[in-house]
Amino acid sequence: MSTLIRLISHSVLAGTPLLFGTLGEIVNEKAGHLNLGVEGMMAMGACAGFMAGYLSGSLLLSLLFAFLAGALGALIYALLTVTLMADQNVTGLTLTIFGVGLSNFIGQYMLVNTATNTLKLPEALNNRLKALSIPGLSQLPVAGSLLFSYDLFVYLSIAIALLLGWYINHSHSGRNLRAVGENPAAADAAGIHVTRVKYLNLLLGGGICGLGGAYAAMVSNGGVWLSDTVGGRGWIAVALVIFAAWNPVRAILGAYVFGAFSVLKYYVPKSVLSLPNAFYDALPFIVTALVLVISSILQKRKNAQPASVGLSYYREER
Amino acid sequence: MSNHEDRPAKAEAAASGAATPGERRDGYRSGPAIAGQGLTKRFGSVLANDHIDFEVEYGEILALLGENGSGKTTLMNLLSGLYFPDSGQIYVDGQAVSVSTPADAISLGIGMIHQHFKLVEAMTALENILLGPRTSKFSLARHRQEIERMCKTYGLTVDLGKPVYDMSVSEKQTVEVVKVLYHGARILILDEPTAVLTPQETESLFAILRRMKQQGCAIIIITHKLNEVLAISDRVMVLRRGRSEALLQTSQADLRSLTETMVGHAIDLKINRPTYAAERQKTLLAVQELSVIRPDGSQALDQVSFELKTGEILGVAGVAGSGQKELSEALVSLTPCQSGSITYCGQVISGLPTTEIYKKGVSLAFVPEDRLGMGLVGDMGMPGNMLLKSYRDHRGFFIDCKPAEQLSQQLKETLDISTPSLETPVRLLSGGNVQKVLLGREIESQPQVLITSYPVRGLDINASYTVYDLLNEQKMKGCGILYLGEDLDVLLELADRILVLCHGRVTGIVDARQASKETVGLMMAGMTLKEELA
Amino acid sequence: MSAKRQEQGNRNDSGFSRALLKREPWLHIAKRPEMGKKRGGLLKMASILLAIAVGGLFMLALGYNPLTLYMTIINGALGNAESWRMTIRLMIPLVISSLAVCLAFKMRFWNIGAEGQIIMGAVFATYFALYHTSWPRLPLLLVMFVAGAVGGALWGLLPAFFKARFNTNETLFTLMLNYIALNVIVYFRDGPWKDPGSSGFPKIARFDKVAQLPKLAGVQIGWLIALILVVLVYVYLKYSKHGYEIKVVGASQATARYAGMNVRRIILRTMAISGALAGIAGMVQASGSDMTLAESVAGGVGFTAIIVAWLANLNPFGIALTAFFFSVLEKGSSVMRSSYNLSAEFAAVLQGIILFCVLGGEFFLRYRLVRRSGSKPRETQVREV
Repeated sequence: MSTLIRLISHSVLAGTPLLFGTLGEIVNEKAGHLNLGVEGMMAMGACAGFMAGYLSGSLLLSLLFAFLAGALGALIYALLTVTLMADQNVTGLTLTIFGVGLSNFIGQYMLVNTATNTLKLPEALNNRLKALSIPGLSQLPVAGSLLFSYDLFVYLSIAIALLLGWYINHSHSGRNLRAVGENPAAADAAGIHVTRVKYLNLLLGGGICGLGGAYAAMVSNGGVWLSDTVGGRGWIAVALVIFAAWNPVRAILGAYVFGAFSVLKYYVPKSVLSLPNAFYDALPFIVTALVLVISSILQKRKNAQPASVGLSYYREER
Repeated sequence: MSNHEDRPAKAEAAASGAATPGERRDGYRSGPAIAGQGLTKRFGSVLANDHIDFEVEYGEILALLGENGSGKTTLMNLLSGLYFPDSGQIYVDGQAVSVSTPADAISLGIGMIHQHFKLVEAMTALENILLGPRTSKFSLARHRQEIERMCKTYGLTVDLGKPVYDMSVSEKQTVEVVKVLYHGARILILDEPTAVLTPQETESLFAILRRMKQQGCAIIIITHKLNEVLAISDRVMVLRRGRSEALLQTSQADLRSLTETMVGHAIDLKINRPTYAAERQKTLLAVQELSVIRPDGSQALDQVSFELKTGEILGVAGVAGSGQKELSEALVSLTPCQSGSITYCGQVISGLPTTEIYKKGVSLAFVPEDRLGMGLVGDMGMPGNMLLKSYRDHRGFFIDCKPAEQLSQQLKETLDISTPSLETPVRLLSGGNVQKVLLGREIESQPQVLITSYPVRGLDINASYTVYDLLNEQKMKGCGILYLGEDLDVLLELADRILVLCHGRVTGIVDARQASKETVGLMMAGMTLKEELA
Repeated sequence: MSAKRQEQGNRNDSGFSRALLKREPWLHIAKRPEMGKKRGGLLKMASILLAIAVGGLFMLALGYNPLTLYMTIINGALGNAESWRMTIRLMIPLVISSLAVCLAFKMRFWNIGAEGQIIMGAVFATYFALYHTSWPRLPLLLVMFVAGAVGGALWGLLPAFFKARFNTNETLFTLMLNYIALNVIVYFRDGPWKDPGSSGFPKIARFDKVAQLPKLAGVQIGWLIALILVVLVYVYLKYSKHGYEIKVVGASQATARYAGMNVRRIILRTMAISGALAGIAGMVQASGSDMTLAESVAGGVGFTAIIVAWLANLNPFGIALTAFFFSVLEKGSSVMRSSYNLSAEFAAVLQGIILFCVLGGEFFLRYRLVRRSGSKPRETQVREV
């Protein structure tokens, strides 16, 4: 029983960066943009967030810079795909190559200037990133460790998911956003400023991805800077959007399920089932591939991808 | 009235003719609503609008008449803020305004109903109506009430909770009308609103327009159908090649003068219909109880049966989405048949691979809505497109381009295709020339059966008549032609018989020489031939 | 009621004046007539120059002199015969995998999985390199070559099958296969193929001499293979029926079906060839350059190949040229690491910037910006910027 609880809470921790990435990509796709740059935006957020924390020791600055860096990546993407109508696939891929490269490059640049040849977050900041202890709640049996013993990021990600769920599906701006993603020409004719909506939501999504990167760099890796710190989580996040059926609230579940796959190896006793480590490391990717196949077999009209994802919009197209 | 009730107030104002500039005591507006002066718009090398002047008053319907490509839609897009004029000035209520975005147009009370509806399919009618900048803090329920009240004023009916993808064409059009009215439009622009309607639906649309006119709206209706101009408009402006040729009272216009102004020279609009000797006719294609299911599970064709004979043009009429596309595709196995059989000269061909059917002489000159979407490869030149069906004909691993180049040259000469060079990508050619490339290639293979869907869509009158002539020529050679059309007038004049589809069922096959437009219209709406006769 | 109306009137007026006051847009996007190939090429060169300038600014911001750094790169890559050889060595897998990507992209099949296909090619070839060293050299190398092609082809067929059958998103699917392939190497390295001679870190044994590709003109013979493949792919795409089919499927699957093509078969066939090419790249890298199967056998080449193929407009000869340029960048950046202790990732950053600039530049192939002088609407001056 306690193993199960540990597995679940471990899954939540492992799933949190995925959740951020998935939420960011959902916002992007709702605006009609398949952004394959999630990995890159997460890497940029990871680097900026970590370095801000490393230099200032402030959690708030970390979050701010992570968000801004992710949004900066998205800004490049938006400039190219919205204003200059470049191919979304290629632009997104390039953003990933660029973002991951830049993040590693700056990490290396910072490393050189340290004495110990390691970058570690200040102890005070590290403590703030530890699991919260909520008096009276965290000590509860079962529920305490299942619900009330996570770090700030976890609660932040859940809050963002719920807010996005309300924003996209129940607010006036969200309706306009969905219209832009489904049919920009219709949105335009209705007086919606298509370009502005696209930019704002691409940047918002990019910022959220950046937060996910920061989590990966600052919490998942134990407060020590590692090269390739996002390590493919961004790609899983893109695929998770399909699993979540473009619904931010469903994304919570999806991210934790995939979090579970990535930590499963610590919970399956070798005596019961002995599989090579490489298999467990590949497991999230194998499952993602399977999800892609299964969801394409069961394609349904409702909840499907926004209709104009991947297409540029030019008002005077004739 | 508090601040946030702006939009519905405007809607109500529009409905009852409230205080706006030019209001008369009795609540009816008068005076100039919208005017343009010297409006000019250029696309690349094409001058789409060339110094156009016009004016519409409140309580007036102006018809904008012109052929395809004459610049009607461009002009209206200038008024609705989708395009911005290169030069010229727009006036609303007598004041110079700048309409640089659709939002500007909406705030000026201009509402445009586009030919290709600007609706989000995945949303409900209500959601679509509410799209746009937020102007009030009403709850959804309050909005719903307001909309329903407004609909009553104009005599419109709309199911607000229905998703648009479940709607028929005329339902979608109603949603568009409600949408612009709810956003406070006093000046309505309708782009080819009747193109997709049955004659009966057209009548009821006209009734709504007349009611709106009485309420004081200014209405501009774009069309290329002369009889509609005469039926609905107060004044008519004729556009030709981007220039305004005439602006006159409808009461002083007649069919003949309008045609001449529109085309630029006297023209006989009668379509030729040669008769193929009946005793030489035999059955080419026999379709029996053909049923097709769409990928989404809905029934596209339901037990369709008909025969196609040598030397005839069999027209297919129906509201958009009645199964025309699936019918044409199923005939050459591009879409699988669920049941039923297709027989060609006594041999069953249903279920055979597409290439086998082509080899037997059934040609599908298929022209979907997007002409380049299926019949041609837009990025390739003429020779590349000539190869599309014939590249397998010669043996070996490599492609032989020679015959294709010769054929291209020959077609260019015989059909008078204007293209800078044979290798120019066909997507850069004009609609008429693209059509000639496509039809030319199909005719070259000497088909026994020719299937064309909407072959004159988007073409101007001259190009359309070239296409009719080409088809008639094939018919007199003994070819059987299935013609999927959208313009009932053309079908009635060109075809020998007309098959009417409604929701995938055949509601009847009539002799085009005897049938009336009303009969076919009723059949398009689902009345079967027998009910109609009874 | 009348007061209410009055207020509405006012409100309408205010909405009105807002639109009145609004200035006309001073810049406007308009379609331009098609641009000639020559001007298109010039535009691309300009974009690349801009990218190099932006990269320079970035270096400047970090406190380095961009000119010296760029000179370091060029010297590091082309300064002497040895560095030339290293540069060419880097170029070999890049050219071959770019060709692989090019075939798939022509069909508008987003094969992002060259990385994984390279790995699987190398894995298949490695089996023979490790366990059939008793064979004579030439047959062994030929078998390794074929095995590499088969491995890559199988890894490419997997996403193609699901794409053709269920329209599964190939971009993400091929990506997942990359990570899975990487773990396949890890599995063999830690398990069945672990070099018993290695102490500490697990690794796979160095290939026997017979399983190593020979050298030609000082560099492994892979460069010749790459050049031959460039010509073959060019001819295949331009003159063969298969090439024609690939182009039609890429333009529109509906058109291809209309023309009676078997779209599924074409997708499968093309992806098999694409994967096979990538697999060959993996075999050549493992047997010719690494002399073993390392985790880094693909090392990001599959991703760089996408940039190369795109920059080269999917033209095989352009690919050879672009790949050379990128190899100079890679090799030069690795020198920056030794001289300045800067990460070799600079290459990735600069490649990213280059592609950003080129992607942005392509906009000007299709559109132009038109400036208006908004003050006199009646006689607007339209000027091309």
